Amino acid sequence: MTKILIIIPCYNEGNSLPLILEQLLHLKLPAHFQIEIAVVNDCSKDDTKWVASLYPIILLDLLVNLGIGGAVQTGFLYAKENGYDLACQIDGDGQHPPWELIKLLEFYDQTKTNIIIGSRFLNEGGFKSSFARRLGIRYFHWLNKLLTGGNIYDSTSGFRLFDKAGIALAAEKYPDEFPEPASLVLFSKYGFSIKEVPVVMSERLAGKSSIRNFKSVYYCVKVTISMLFIFIRKKV
Amino acid sequence: MSRIQVITIIINCLFIGYIARLITKGKLREEYAIVWCICTLILVLFSFWTKGLNLMSKIFGVFDPPNLVFTAFIFLILIYLLHLSVVSSKSQHSITRLTQEMALLKEKMKKAENKDQSV
Repeated sequence: MTKILIIIPCYNEGNSLPLILEQLLHLKLPAHFQIEIAVVNDCSKDDTKWVASLYPIILLDLLVNLGIGGAVQTGFLYAKENGYDLACQIDGDGQHPPWELIKLLEFYDQTKTNIIIGSRFLNEGGFKSSFARRLGIRYFHWLNKLLTGGNIYDSTSGFRLFDKAGIALAAEKYPDEFPEPASLVLFSKYGFSIKEVPVVMSERLAGKSSIRNFKSVYYCVKVTISMLFIFIRKKV
Repeated sequence: MSRIQVITIIINCLFIGYIARLITKGKLREEYAIVWCICTLILVLFSFWTKGLNLMSKIFGVFDPPNLVFTAFIFLILIYLLHLSVVSSKSQHSITRLTQEMALLKEKMKKAENKDQSV
């Protein structure tokens, strides 16, 4: 039996959360997988906490807004403490269709890869986001290749499956603000295998991306700095 | 003793007194107070020892003595700001850990309560 924890970090996702939870709870997975859902409420100002409490799930309620990295890390801490075999991050805004999880799990069964990323760019179809954003993603692909030698196209994708070793490392040191591209440098530094699996993503159901306009410039600069410093930092 | 000397000495004494009050009231930790005490003592020293500034600028090769004062103090302030950033990063990290632990504990408590009710 393989225990999986689905980690859903939420900040004001009260509108889109019910649909995702319904889909996840009715998801038919291969028999040897046992799924549990943890919603991390990152101090939302809307009714996210109340919505989540209506479902049979684990609710991790943060009293202070920690940002996406700190929220997801709380999920990893829970997974580590309770001995889950796998943990999968799924965003609360409905961009990651739950049934695509099966593709990640099948890939894990075949290859036992440490970190499996659901990628938008390996095949055609689905929501691909705007030109500027694709440009940014291409930049991170290049930077990632430079620092890790890996060939990850969708390094900003938050749709990821972690195995036990991945959970342990992420619980201990996960980057705080924009963790996705930076954590790849961390994982490759510890010699973890990272692979991509094509998935089809949809446009977000409600809410706004945390990354837009001027903030996207800040995002690029901050992530670049954070990747560089994780790259040169000593392993402790 | 010139008028400006008297004024700076009085202001410095008031400043030291205020720092001492903050420490005794527990509003300022001693480790941050050290920098402020040293800075004030340097100011007091130079308000008594007026030729000191001219001498110092000659040693450092600075043409105009006031420039030495500005350069030295801007440098000191920059270093102290950096120190404050380090302190705030550290406390932010602690807050993150505390918040996460709290969320985990709350969940654990809820689970235990539910178990009690079902028994």
